[in-house]
Amino acid sequence: MASNMNPDLYRRRRLANAWGMATSMAAMALGLAVLLWILVVLFSNGFAALDWNILTRDTPAPGTEGGGLRNAIVGSAMMVGLAVLVATPVGIFAGIYLTEFGDQSKTAEATRFVTDIMLSAPSIVIGLFVYAIAVATVGGFSGFAGSLALTLIAVPVVMRTTENMLRLVPGSLREAAFALGAPRWKVSLSVTLRAARSGVITGLLLAVARISGETAPLLFTALNNQFFNADMSEPMANLPVVIFQFAMSPYDNWIRLAWGGALLITMAVLLLNIIARVFFRDRQSG
Amino acid sequence: MPDTQPTRNAIEVRKLDFFYGKFKALKDVNLDIAEHRVTAFIGPSGCGKSTLLRTLNRMYSLYPGQRAEGQINLYGQNVLDKGQDLNLLRAQIGMVFQKPTPFPMSIYENIAFGVRLYEKLSRSEMDDRVEWALTKAAIWGEVKDKLGQSGLSLSGGQQQRLCIARTVAVKPKVILLDEPTSALDPISTAKVEELVSELKKDYTVAIVTHNMQQAARVSNFTAYMYLGELIEFGQTEQIFMKPARQETEDYITGRFG
Repeated sequence: MASNMNPDLYRRRRLANAWGMATSMAAMALGLAVLLWILVVLFSNGFAALDWNILTRDTPAPGTEGGGLRNAIVGSAMMVGLAVLVATPVGIFAGIYLTEFGDQSKTAEATRFVTDIMLSAPSIVIGLFVYAIAVATVGGFSGFAGSLALTLIAVPVVMRTTENMLRLVPGSLREAAFALGAPRWKVSLSVTLRAARSGVITGLLLAVARISGETAPLLFTALNNQFFNADMSEPMANLPVVIFQFAMSPYDNWIRLAWGGALLITMAVLLLNIIARVFFRDRQSG
Repeated sequence: MPDTQPTRNAIEVRKLDFFYGKFKALKDVNLDIAEHRVTAFIGPSGCGKSTLLRTLNRMYSLYPGQRAEGQINLYGQNVLDKGQDLNLLRAQIGMVFQKPTPFPMSIYENIAFGVRLYEKLSRSEMDDRVEWALTKAAIWGEVKDKLGQSGLSLSGGQQQRLCIARTVAVKPKVILLDEPTSALDPISTAKVEELVSELKKDYTVAIVTHNMQQAARVSNFTAYMYLGELIEFGQTEQIFMKPARQETEDYITGRFG
């Protein structure tokens, strides 16, 4: 021990350390406890509704027994699927533009600013916007309109994660590709994007997780459908809106199904997050 | 080192000034890089030796705010011309960096990537080219059974030789090496140095190094730079045995830098 050490100072620092440790542990415990609570409530209420019928039967009429969520699950899957299909190339190419082409330019700065606004825009506003341009004008709710609203939410998420992941690629790797005489588009697609692919894919999975639980943008766009429907130009059932409607209803059977649907969505999102994490961890090393 | 008979010049640098924004990093640099010889740039950190190397293939043009004035003639053609096609220029002047930079693809694809940019080869011709380049870079024996594996799976020294192979594969006229061994262990360094002596048979080589023994070992000509100026340039033997300028002697004898 150094002879010139001040024992008071040292003791105080140890106390401060213990205090800091205790408060951060408490904060973490609080966060975890809330998450666990949500899961426990979901499981205890929703588990009973999970059976084959929930996947094979459509939503029941009010006041009747039985039924399932097949139409809502299929509708959600189709709308989310189409949204991801559109948002992936748009988001990835925009992300590439921001890092590899625009970078410091005015256009890129403006794009970044708008993206940040879009990222934090309340989803109900996006729902209303799509209602105005793709429902009111066409004269009807549709799966396409729902998908469009989800796309608008997914694009900025994909774009931002792609940009962030591309920024993590060391500049020396780009220079090495340029040094061989590769044109910029080739460097971006074959080298930079490839080096960042696990992160970009993680971003995609997180975007899917994000939009599969959105309710507000679907309320005004896809609306809902009591029956099975795979035609996206018609109103479509989807899990979030069905949960919303059923949970608010006075019918026990509907409430039971709402819990089941909530559990299904949560599990799916949880699974996507886990896959994203595992994917990122495994591929990051190379 | 022998090989100091005059050959023709691959590159002639004339009145070169370089700016990072307002900061002048190179001041009136004039020097000739002889064909099929190794020219080393030495000097303390920040002296401009890497900057000089990066002007030769216009790497600096990737960054706004960096600019060069003067002339750099590659076989008579000024590469600083506004109309210079940078991709074509870089295909003729290859570059290897301080840290190994294998692309995130297989060993085979790492080599084929650059070749495919400018040549249309059949599968078997490409196989031959990949083997030729890896042999040139003295790494063929180590990787021939795992060409499909990721380039990132190799050790640091192997990765650097892979990068040299990748550069050689496109058959450039000039190869620029920017401190190619500073991230490598002594054994890998020895291998790369051996390779440099081998490469000058077919290529003109310019190497930046912090290691003076390395410059003495591998180069035919040496340029000593300090604060953006070329202090002394000549045959390596002369620079190291009887430098004309006091500053050069101080640096190479370790009294400074």
